[in-house]
Order: sequence, then structure tokens, then C-alpha cells
Amino acid sequence: MLKFVSFRLLSSLVTLFLVITATFFLMFLVPGGPFLSEKINAATLAQINKKYGLDQPVYVQYGNYLKNLVKGDLGISFKRRGYTITEIIAEKFPVSAKLGALAIICALLVGLPAGMLAATKRNTVVDRIIMAVCTLGIALPSFIVSTTLLYILGMQFKVLPVIGLETPRNYIMPVFALSLSPTCYITRLLRSSILDIQGQDYLKTARAKGLGEQVVLFKHALKNALIPVITYMGPMVAGILTGSLVIEKIFSIPGLGKYFIDSIEGRDYTLIMGTTIFFAAILIVANLIVDILYCLVDPRIKY
Amino acid sequence: MANSLLEMDDLRISFFTPAGEVKAVNGMSCALNQGEVLGIVGESGSGKSVSVTALMKLLVRPGKVVGGGIKFDGRDILAMSSKEMRGVRGKDISMIFQDPMTSLNPVFTIGNQLIETIRTHTGMPKKEAADRGVKMLAQVGINNPEKRMKQFPHELSGGMRQRVMIAMALSCSPKLLIADEPTTSLDVTIQAQILDLIKKMRDETGAAVILITHDLGIVSEICDRIMIMYAGRIVESGSVDDIYYSTAHPYTKGLLGCLPGSSKGVRAPLKAIEGNPVDLLDMPKGCGFASRCGECMKICLRENPPSFPIGEGHVSACWKHVPVNASEVRP
Ligand SMILES: Nc1ncnc2c1ncn2[C@@H]1O[C@H](COP(=O)(O)OP(=O)(O)OP(=O)(O)O)[C@@H](O)[C@H]1O
Ligand SMILES: [Mg+2]
Repeated sequence: MLKFVSFRLLSSLVTLFLVITATFFLMFLVPGGPFLSEKINAATLAQINKKYGLDQPVYVQYGNYLKNLVKGDLGISFKRRGYTITEIIAEKFPVSAKLGALAIICALLVGLPAGMLAATKRNTVVDRIIMAVCTLGIALPSFIVSTTLLYILGMQFKVLPVIGLETPRNYIMPVFALSLSPTCYITRLLRSSILDIQGQDYLKTARAKGLGEQVVLFKHALKNALIPVITYMGPMVAGILTGSLVIEKIFSIPGLGKYFIDSIEGRDYTLIMGTTIFFAAILIVANLIVDILYCLVDPRIKY
Repeated sequence: MANSLLEMDDLRISFFTPAGEVKAVNGMSCALNQGEVLGIVGESGSGKSVSVTALMKLLVRPGKVVGGGIKFDGRDILAMSSKEMRGVRGKDISMIFQDPMTSLNPVFTIGNQLIETIRTHTGMPKKEAADRGVKMLAQVGINNPEKRMKQFPHELSGGMRQRVMIAMALSCSPKLLIADEPTTSLDVTIQAQILDLIKKMRDETGAAVILITHDLGIVSEICDRIMIMYAGRIVESGSVDDIYYSTAHPYTKGLLGCLPGSSKGVRAPLKAIEGNPVDLLDMPKGCGFASRCGECMKICLRENPPSFPIGEGHVSACWKHVPVNASEVRP
């Protein structure tokens, strides 16, 4: 296990390196620059570019960036003057993390029971309703859900606040919009995996041993049925991460996602790189956790 | 039969499918004594598994017992509530299945599954149940039982897992062990070991055994009595010697003809039984085997034969064996 974790950490360094390289060069392929929108003359612009090292060839800048990165220095922001990237991430990430964590918790807390309910009541009205809602929830993009919610609940009926995250009530709409699709996905996944294992011999054995239906379902069936759900957790974290970029923008939430979008629009190169690396690292860690969980639930998996 | 452990009386089971009523078991009667080993033999689809599943009351929709009765240890199984029945399963009647590779839950340890069974029926404290589990594993010939308790099913071979299944099935000293093709998916040497084990366990625990199989060779080794099933009916039943040496029913003869090295002692060529199994959706009026039978008579197509006694405890459901004095039913 320890060997597996260290191997995975090492290989994720390679992944991270590829992400950094690709992002860095792609970023410079996009026309524009951080200071173009400012009303300054060419001479000043050249001076500023020189100050930030932007006058050098891209590969030199790349080399410098890597050198600093190894030292743990992500640079300073071009747009938010006086702030280092590390400071911005440290300040903004907790906001995003809270939102994301709430979304994940909601998805599990609602999705798992709903999936079990649908499976135990299969082919009844309850099951059909749950499945219909889920199909809709998966099909609807989160920006449609959030703008619709914003319009109806926020603007028309004015029952929920539309921007920011000051009060707990502010969380309702963004968390809902963010967790809707993963919730529905988990519901469907768990339902179908429970139904898939219904005919399994080990459940026949469990019943033949005289166990009650509750034990058969909650112990013997559930632990097996959770395996596909756990596999989905990795992509789910990725989905929530990318979803948060849009959601934070729509609800004007001052999280890292919003800054990431802003950084791209403003060509704030160091911030683009910093947030990309940070998001990639989160995904890598999330997938590692999922793999460890997987191993804990399914003893047949050995690393 | 005062000391009958199990009595099935004219049991009928149907599956209500969209295509119609599949009559899987059509009037099955049998009695089993304490400590007796009964072999049920028949081709695929003859209703062997379905009938014992009904005995455990584990039939699932669309299967339903549509007639007859099952009495176990003086109690009416079919009338029992699901709670009462849970107390019977695994405690008084246990069952092991064909494929030991899939009958154990892959995500729980052997110990967990064994202890669970014991505690469900005895309410023993965990420690004591674990000791009992280890003892059971040792008894079924598993070496290093303490270590095995902590292992997962995939760490054991097929034969070992079937031993674990047997240990689990016998852990609460049942009166009846049902083994549904317990050796079909194992290789030949392991098959023999498992059969020996079942026999040994019967001797040690005194549990009656119902052994289901396709293989007449297997049953002859360990069974006291054999029942031959065809199309949801028992066509012949008797002692091993009755079945082998005074074979009565044409279907049984056909089955024996399928065995390499026939009962006559001469190496006759292997014979297949011609024709196809009957359509359980549309059972013929007469004998189910009539269309494949080389000795078919007119009455066989008209009326289903009841069981005729041909010897002490040996019966055959074939019109050929109608007692001579009942001449009016002769064709
Ligand atoms: N779920 C079901 N739906 C419809 N028919 C069924 C169902 N289960 C069993 N049957 C019918 O019951 C008949 C008997 O099945 P059963 O499983 O008892 O056969 P078997 O004698 O155990 O055969 P095998 O040796 O292959 O295990 C089958 O021919 C099939 O037509
Ligand atoms: Mg069967």
C-alpha cells in the first residue's frame, strides 16, 4: 500500500509537469497580454513587460518559471498588484473548498439514499419519479439550472439572496446547482449497481443463511454496490471543480474559480499557472484518495 | 412414516411469465428420513433447484407454489411467516450452491461471514462464535483455520471455498443440508473430496442431505436413495441398487445409457436421449417423457402415469409398471 501511494505520488509529479508545460505554452499561444488593456504608452508597456520578464523568449520564461516553482514560488499576480499567487490561493480557496465540500456532501447524502430507495422500489411510481428527476438533473447543464434558479427564486420571488456567500441561505442555490448532476448520477449509479447484483449467488447464500432482508441489503448488497459509486468519485470531484468555475462566476462568489476565470480573461499569466497547478494537484490527490478507498472496500483490488 | 424429517406432498410450482405459466414442478411427492442422503437427479431444467428453493421458501417472483404441501420436522413450511422462516434457514435447513466462486460475498472475510451465520441463530458473543467458526473450518478440513478466518474469498481456491460453504451451512447443526450441484464447477479430484466431506459430515452430525446433481455416478457413491426427476415430476425413485440394477423407468434407462461404462458391465457405446425436453409452458396431457420414449404406448399420450410400486421403496411413474390386476387401465 505504501509502495503504491509513493509510486502514485511520483507518477503524479510527471502528470503535473505535463500539465504545467502544456498550460504554459498554450497560454502564450493565445493572443493578448496582461497589460494591454491599460492606458499606457508603448514605452511604459515595454518597461513593465521587462520588469515582469515578459520581454524574454517564451522558453526562457518557462525555464525561469520552473526554477521558481521548484523553490515553491508561484510568482506574483500581474493584476492584483502586491499579492503573491500563494496568498491569493490561500485567501480564495477556502471559499471554493467550502462550496465544493458542501456539494459533495449533498450529492452523497441525497444520492445514496435515493439510489437505494429507487432500487428497493424498482418499477414502482417512486422509482419512476426518482429516475425521471435524475435524467433531467443529469441532462441540464449547471449554468442553465443556476440562471433559472437565480431568475425565479432570486429575482422574481426574491426568496433567496442572489450574490455572495454572506449568510447560510446564500449557499442554497449555488450548492444545489453544483450538486444536482452528481447527486442524480450517484442515484442512478447506485440503483443500477444494486439491481445488477440482485441475482448474485452471495445474496442467495445470505438469504439462505437466514439473514433478514435489511442485513442482506444494507450489509451484503450495499458494500458491493458501492464499488462503482466510489469509482465515480474521482470524476465527480473533477466535475464539481470545473462546475464551480461557472457557478462562482454566476453567483459572484469570491472563490478561486471566479479568480481563475478572471485570470484567463485578464491574461494574468502567473495566476493562470498557479490556479491550474493547484486544481491539478487537487484532482490528483482526490483520485489518489478514491483509489485508496476503492482498495479498502474491495479486497480483491491489490496495489 | 413416523420419523420423516421432510415430506413433500404433490408440490406444484409455476412461474408466471409474460409468455404464460411455466409449470416447473408438477406434483412432486417425497419423504426424507432423519440422517438420510437423498440424491435428486435429472437433466437441466427438470425442476431440481426450483423445488428445493421452494423448500427454503426462497422462491422469488414470478415463481409461486401453486399447490401441494411441504412439511419439515412436523411443521408446515408453506404456512410459516417470513420471520419464522428466517429462523429455519441456516439453522434447521442449510443450503450450499453450485458455484463456490460466487456464493461467498467477495467483500467480507470468511470469518465475518461465518460468524454472522452463527450469531444470527445462536446470539453467541463474537468471541465464542469466532471459536466455533474456527472449529468448523478445521472440521471441514481447512488447514490453518485461524488465518483463513481473516482471509477474503478470493484468496481461497474453489474447493476450499466449497469447504467454507459447507462449514457455514453446518455451523448451526442443521437437520437438513441441501447441496445443489455442490461439485459441478469443481475439477474431478476436488469433486471426490467434497463428496467425501459431505458424507463424513453427515456421519458426524447426523444431518439429512439432499444432493442435487446431473451426474448419476456421483449419487451412487454417497446416497441412500435416489430420485429421478423429469419435467417437474419424479419419474422413478428407489435405493441406489434399485436404480442401477433394477432400472425401471425408460428415462432412467436413458440416463444410465449416457454414463460411460454402462451398468451391464459391458462397454456399450454412449447413447444420447433423443428429442428435446418438454415445453413446460405447454405440458402434454400424458406422460412428459412420451415423445422421447422408445416404449411409448397409446395411454402414455393420453394420461399422466401415477407412481406404481415395483419393489420395496422402489416406485416408477410409467404405464409399463401398472400392476397386472388393474387390467382396465391397460391400453
Ligand atoms: N425465473 C424463472 N422464470 C421462468 N421460469 C423459470 C424461472 N426459474 C426457473 N424456471 C423454470 O423452471 C424450470 C426448472 O428450473 P430449475 O432451475 O429447477 O432446473 P434444474 O433442474 O435445477 O436445472 P439445472 O440442472 O440446470 O440447475 C426451468 O426449466 C425453467 O423453465
Ligand atoms: Mg439447478
